[in-house]
Amino acid sequence: MQIEFTLNGRLIYEETRDDETLFHLLRRKGCYSVKCGCETENCGLCTVLVNGVSRLSCSYLAARADGCDIVTLEGIQKEAEEFGSFLSAEGAEQCGFCSPGLIMNVLAMEKELDSYEEEKVKEYLAGNLCRCSGYMGQLRAVNKYLSRGENRNEC
Amino acid sequence: MNVKMRTVNTSVIKKDAKALVTGKPVFTDDLAPGDCLIVKVLRSPHAHALIRKIDTEKAKKVDGIVCILTYQDVPNKRFTMAGQTYPEPSPYDRLILDDRMRFVGDAAAIVAGETEEAVDHAMRLIKVDYEVLEPVLDFRKAKDHKVLIHPEDNWESLCPVGADNRRNLCACGGEEHGDVEGLLEKCDYVVEQVYHTKANQQAMMETFRAYSYLDAYGRLNMVASTQVTFHVRRILAHALDIPKSRIRVIKPRIGGGFGAKQTVVAEVYPAIVTMKTGRSAKIIYSRYESQIASSPRHEMEIRVRVGADKNGILRAIDVYTLSNTGAYGEHGPTTVGLSGHKSIPLYRTPRAFRFKYDVVYTNCMSAGAYRGYGATQGIFAVESAINELAEKIGMDKVKIRELNMVREGDIMPAYYGETLKSCALDRCMARAKEMMEWDKKYPSVDMGNGKVRGVGVAMAMQGSAISGVDVASVELRLNDDGFYTLMIGASDMGTGCDTTLAQVASDCLECDLDQIVVHGTDTDVSPYDSGSYASSTMYLTGMAVVKACGEMRDKILDKGAEYLSCEKDTLEFDGSRVWQPAGGLEISLKDIGNKVMCSNNNMLSAGASHTSPVSPPPFMVGMAEVEVDKETGEAELIDYVAVVDCGTTINPNLARIQTEGGLAQGIGMALYEDITYTDKGQMIQNSFMQYKLPSRLDVGNIRVEFESSYEPTGPFGAKSIGEIVINTPSPAIADAIACAVGARVRELPITAEKIYREIKI
Repeated sequence: MQIEFTLNGRLIYEETRDDETLFHLLRRKGCYSVKCGCETENCGLCTVLVNGVSRLSCSYLAARADGCDIVTLEGIQKEAEEFGSFLSAEGAEQCGFCSPGLIMNVLAMEKELDSYEEEKVKEYLAGNLCRCSGYMGQLRAVNKYLSRGENRNEC
Repeated sequence: MNVKMRTVNTSVIKKDAKALVTGKPVFTDDLAPGDCLIVKVLRSPHAHALIRKIDTEKAKKVDGIVCILTYQDVPNKRFTMAGQTYPEPSPYDRLILDDRMRFVGDAAAIVAGETEEAVDHAMRLIKVDYEVLEPVLDFRKAKDHKVLIHPEDNWESLCPVGADNRRNLCACGGEEHGDVEGLLEKCDYVVEQVYHTKANQQAMMETFRAYSYLDAYGRLNMVASTQVTFHVRRILAHALDIPKSRIRVIKPRIGGGFGAKQTVVAEVYPAIVTMKTGRSAKIIYSRYESQIASSPRHEMEIRVRVGADKNGILRAIDVYTLSNTGAYGEHGPTTVGLSGHKSIPLYRTPRAFRFKYDVVYTNCMSAGAYRGYGATQGIFAVESAINELAEKIGMDKVKIRELNMVREGDIMPAYYGETLKSCALDRCMARAKEMMEWDKKYPSVDMGNGKVRGVGVAMAMQGSAISGVDVASVELRLNDDGFYTLMIGASDMGTGCDTTLAQVASDCLECDLDQIVVHGTDTDVSPYDSGSYASSTMYLTGMAVVKACGEMRDKILDKGAEYLSCEKDTLEFDGSRVWQPAGGLEISLKDIGNKVMCSNNNMLSAGASHTSPVSPPPFMVGMAEVEVDKETGEAELIDYVAVVDCGTTINPNLARIQTEGGLAQGIGMALYEDITYTDKGQMIQNSFMQYKLPSRLDVGNIRVEFESSYEPTGPFGAKSIGEIVINTPSPAIADAIACAVGARVRELPITAEKIYREIKI
């Protein structure tokens, strides 16, 4: 079937099979930041934004993207680099395979939550698995990133 | 070499960090050509069966199918997929495709086609007529079972590891030192218990994957997510029966390995498709395949007998390990050794020890290398037994360790007779005790709400490379303008060795990190390195870097002397120039780099290999605080304290992340991650729905500190960090739970059900 959606700000017309997932479609369109780690909605690696909300593209039919606004890490390189610099300052990106999915979700969380208590942050990001870092370094990075403006305001 | 520290012991950011955090296409599947054939493996539904007939005619007619291979199409030459130095201790017991299926998930056919849909369709049309055989699923009954897993005549064991395919034995052996029985008899306290660990999956986020193509010279090029680039070349040559000179292996960025990718799990399948068709071909394992047909930890059952005198001084220790290698013998003969060699030597006091083992074949998934490599299993058993012994004596569990732990300067009879040149285990214990507020919390605190908090402790060690076996090599080149290229054969799998090795070079050459370009790993270009495993990279490849830099400094001085027309011994090199302190002559490194590009007979290149006769152990202490619900048995990890002695931390941030990451995996192993089989041999935890990896809600609070010793044989005093960090959680958490509610669980994972059944308060 033919679908129409915006991908990182570009309007796309695309032929998709009924059973194609958004994950496959996005990789087909060259969005290689989107990774797959489990196929069962458990790991968070394939997280993308659909109309501003984080979604697991491995379990999201491409057909449902019809008329939607899709954003992958390729579309928000500046933001990715900004949070990413906090992540790598902790050495917490490690292999980096789960980083794109985590970063998508951190950026979505930043917009969605009103406040960033540790428990809320951990809860929000619980679906983003990481096998390298043990999460502590990611958490240090997220905390530092979310409070990055605080000192500036005091000046 | 007398140089100041520039970047060593500094938390510099990884060289590849920016590409990784912006999601650049740097991993295997991101780089595969668009016209790659898609390769999949048709897998056996039976744990043990013979293929009577396999009919692929219908499947071959599917539009887009290019190639279907069965056991009749592959070389009848057995090999091992274990990434080890040749001759491998792992038996040669595999074919790319065999007519005997040895576990549910074993490869029955290879299908390659233009699209995934075509391949999936064709797989459904292949008709396999199986003669189903009785499987051997209980590893306790496998030795000398009437059913043989490997009855074939061309099964071969290259090394004297006690393997015998006629007895389902992948290895057996042991050693004894002193009079174990005599001493145990005289002990005031003896504990004898059996501990059971499971076949945990490494579950790296990037599953197994590889692609291959023929290059302009008609050679097989293999791009693989692997830890053992050079071993892949050799193993492919064995499997395909072609000369090694016809194969090139390249490692791009890897999405985690943890030992899983020290076995050549997936590479043979696209390789044989490319050889048969001339086409590029790729295989991407699904998570399902990565769970059921890969290279997890060896399941082990370990019997420990340990005795002490009335003062709590250990007198003798006896360890017997039964290891389940599954259908094939990858890493079977070697992992088992660590279950004794890296647990018994934690204690200096026993006058006698015995360590015996059997490694058996079964019709379960083949095991492999997983971080810790047998030490994890052995340490769970021995450290648990020591905790049980302390309980029997009525002694504090920190105290029994303070009395008996190994110390710097000790000769370790159970650790290949090595002398311990660096060890801060005592300081690790003291600091961990302080951080945990042990004296306040031990053994338990009743929270008054039906929950009790207990604390537990464990020590651990590992090695740093395989002594007398592993080889690391590097090549260093000086380029124009005076920057260097550092060619390494070690595989950065996310751990950051491309960066940390450059840190070593930067200090040795007194230059900025940016002046060192690192290239790894490509078997056509990189110097030989046995690979990134056995906690070898920093200790071994780091020393090769130190050596090569020393040679490079010498060559730079030679060139300086030539260009300045003076005696070399009047000159010094300070990283940016060669100069003469007495005479005032000087030439910059940049000028030397540029000058050697014209009218020159001596390339400014230095190469060095390093191997080590010793494998200096890193040490650590882990302490867990766990809250147990008396009503349900549910255990929640509250706090985990770890203090590590890995010698000098070359990059403190990366060492910390290694530690936190290893602990989280260890926590998963202790509390959540299970592998079980149905009575037909189907593995149950075949996705992340059933195989529970710890999430960030499950790891509690992890606190890590370092107590550094200085290892004289390592680069800048460094030992290893990669593996040891997974070893303490299982015994420490098990003990915290025992302290909290009296439930001593000796089989991992320690679930609420198991705790509930043992609660004694």
